[in-house]
Amino acid sequence: MPILEGEGVTKYFGGLAAVSSVDFSVYQGEVVGLIGPNGAGKTTLFNLISGALVPQSGAVKFKAENIAGLKPHRICKKGVARTFQSVKIFANMPALENTLLGALFGKPNNTAAADALREATELLEFVGLSAARATPAKDLTLANQKRLEVARALATKPELLLLDELMAGLNPTEVAQAMELVTRIRDRGITVFMIEHVMKAIMSVCDRIMVLHHGVKIAEGTPQEIATSKTVVEVYLGE
Amino acid sequence: MIVTILDIVIAGLLLGGLYALIAMGLSLQYGVARVLNISHGEFIMLGALTTWTLHRAFGINPLISLAVCGPVAFVLGFIIHRTLFKRLLTSSASPGVFESNSMLASFGLMFIIQNIALVAWGPEIRGYSYLAFPVDLGGALFGANRLVTLGFAVVIGLAFYLFLALTRTGKAVRAAAQDPATAGLMGVNIDNVLALCFGFGAAMAGIAGMLISMCYPVHGVMGLEYTIIAIIVVVLGGLGSIPGSFIGGFILGLIGSIVTYFEPGLALAAYYVIFILLLLVRPTGIMGK
Amino acid sequence: MNITRVDFKKMWGPGLLLIILVLLATLSLHASTYTVILLTSILMYVVMTVSWVIFSAPTGYISLAPAAFFGVGIYTSAILGNKLPLPIVIFVGGLASFCLALLVGALTLRLKGIYFAMFTFGLVELIKHLLLWYEIKFTGTRGRFVIVVDNNTIYHVMLIILVALLLIAYLIRRSRFGLALQSIGENEDAAAHTGINVNALKTIAFAISAVFVGAAGAIMATRWTYIDPYIAFNPLFSFMPVLMAIFGGMRRFYGPILGAAIFAYLEEILITRFPYYYMLIFGTILVVTILYLPDGLIGLIQKVQRRISGGQHANT
Repeated sequence: MPILEGEGVTKYFGGLAAVSSVDFSVYQGEVVGLIGPNGAGKTTLFNLISGALVPQSGAVKFKAENIAGLKPHRICKKGVARTFQSVKIFANMPALENTLLGALFGKPNNTAAADALREATELLEFVGLSAARATPAKDLTLANQKRLEVARALATKPELLLLDELMAGLNPTEVAQAMELVTRIRDRGITVFMIEHVMKAIMSVCDRIMVLHHGVKIAEGTPQEIATSKTVVEVYLGE
Repeated sequence: MIVTILDIVIAGLLLGGLYALIAMGLSLQYGVARVLNISHGEFIMLGALTTWTLHRAFGINPLISLAVCGPVAFVLGFIIHRTLFKRLLTSSASPGVFESNSMLASFGLMFIIQNIALVAWGPEIRGYSYLAFPVDLGGALFGANRLVTLGFAVVIGLAFYLFLALTRTGKAVRAAAQDPATAGLMGVNIDNVLALCFGFGAAMAGIAGMLISMCYPVHGVMGLEYTIIAIIVVVLGGLGSIPGSFIGGFILGLIGSIVTYFEPGLALAAYYVIFILLLLVRPTGIMGK
Repeated sequence: MNITRVDFKKMWGPGLLLIILVLLATLSLHASTYTVILLTSILMYVVMTVSWVIFSAPTGYISLAPAAFFGVGIYTSAILGNKLPLPIVIFVGGLASFCLALLVGALTLRLKGIYFAMFTFGLVELIKHLLLWYEIKFTGTRGRFVIVVDNNTIYHVMLIILVALLLIAYLIRRSRFGLALQSIGENEDAAAHTGINVNALKTIAFAISAVFVGAAGAIMATRWTYIDPYIAFNPLFSFMPVLMAIFGGMRRFYGPILGAAIFAYLEEILITRFPYYYMLIFGTILVVTILYLPDGLIGLIQKVQRRISGGQHANT
């Protein structure tokens, strides 16, 4: 049974279908990639999973339970966390407080302040931001801000983590570090579903890859299969 | 029975014309310049009291006062935007911050203008009579002044709609409303367009004030209620849609007329019920995106 | 040397506050009636400003409703003042405002902030119209008489309301609730995705901020003895807290207190010297503050402090 399943997920904006009848499954422990040209509907799909948007039709099932239509905070408490393409950190708060919020509110049961603080500190260490714990988030570099977002997401103790373009805007060193972080997250038992444009990263980190184009899933398979798929190559070269 | 219905409907249209005018003015300021100008009603009040003074002190025909109220209000609005709101625009960290700051600044402006008016004109309620003779429309009697008001509102509304749709400046305004940054890149002088729209909005308020003074008594604190009505109409029509404000104004006017017939004094409450319904069911309004 | 300075700084704020509170509590024993009345006004404005800040500062949702809650409190006093004991009347005033705020919040806070601002802006006028209609149609009066309470009692009640408010404000600020409110103001989407029920928290915070304004209205009504919808529902009471909070500065806890104290006193002076111009002056101050002092007076003081201490560091 997949941990995340989508059946015929559809979302229209006005007359345009941003996501059109997309089926997908993600199994526990996997790292699945989501790629496609700009405007393919990838972030929209993530929004539909995380509750930021409600699908017009179709079902989104997390651990066999339909979560489509639930508010984002409820979905988060059920165990789905995400990061954002545009890095939505709490700019004027220190890194520790950012993460702390995830530990305090993101879990289904109440957490004592002391425990939450400990968890937040651990997670900052995990992503490599211990030194910056007191720095206001807006003063961090982009790479560090992205790490902070990941730490905050992890603080909610998710079983599924949605990463939206984690590597965007990072230099090659930072990309390698991010890839390594994703692997360490997977080693913790968290399933990862990630949108990426950086091909090298996707190909080496993911177990499977899904390809979206104009809101429709056009291919799915192992990195090998995707890299050699004619359809995919055409879509990318034809753009 | 029929006469009563006609009575109510035409009274509603008369009120609606006024509402449409003030709402279009606010819609311009909020839709394009992104300023929720809660001192909008004070410009209406200034137009009204200025017309009263010109009529009482100098015997000037209110319709001629139009030539004063409109342009003067425009200049006032233009200057205020260029000095106050433009500066806020550059100092605000984000559009959201600008929206809050400009609204709060206009809140301050509201009290400033009200105070000036109270000093200049005193707190008494003023009124004058002009074109107050009745006109017979299908058996119901209406003041000629109200019919003139309706006529003006419709004419100005249509003229402005055509301006937006057909002229070059009008297209620049619509571009600026959609996407100020890109419009700027396309060669539209954004600073001028924003100030222009704010000025136009103020001008509409001034003209509306003049029209109101022809039909109703006026005083220094009359503005607040009109600001609130303008806001509700703008929400009804759809934030950012000027045609929406035009239509919404007439709808609200009709509702106001109907409610006033049955229970005078509950008109504003009725408008708020509409407001609440909109917020519950369709916050984007009739023509909003 | 450094350690003592740090300790002193930590005790400075709360210690001073405690001393001030004790002084205030015992003031009525020896001060003139004029002083008591003036201080009551100052306390009232501090209550209104600090409550406004509790909600609007962290979340960024601008409430223009304080006047509505104040008016509700006033009318509670007018209607129930001679039927129930004073503490209950004040409690009901706060409760009524709480309920109104819950209603308004549930309706508008799930939408963009601009709708909230617009709705709360017109609320004062709406309630005024409704009351006028009701009073004229059903009770035949326009105004009402309020029970008379002596100045010292009014003063003490207001002080109690203020202390309760300061306590709640402080606790909120230090709690996870306050942290969550701040995160809502920073990035509401992210807050929602971090497990925070943003709508519920916003509405509760808004309702809490309304309670104290309602209670303050209930007790202040007894000073005016005669009230009508125009007196009770005055947009000025939405304007003053906003002015005071912005001028004082909202980053620090004592910014709004400072702003309220300054303007309450200023209003007292201006009403006697320039009764026809004080709104003009206040409105101008608000506009100038928004333009040039975004962090308020406290922000300005901090900037100056930093410049001074920065200069010292440069010399060592």
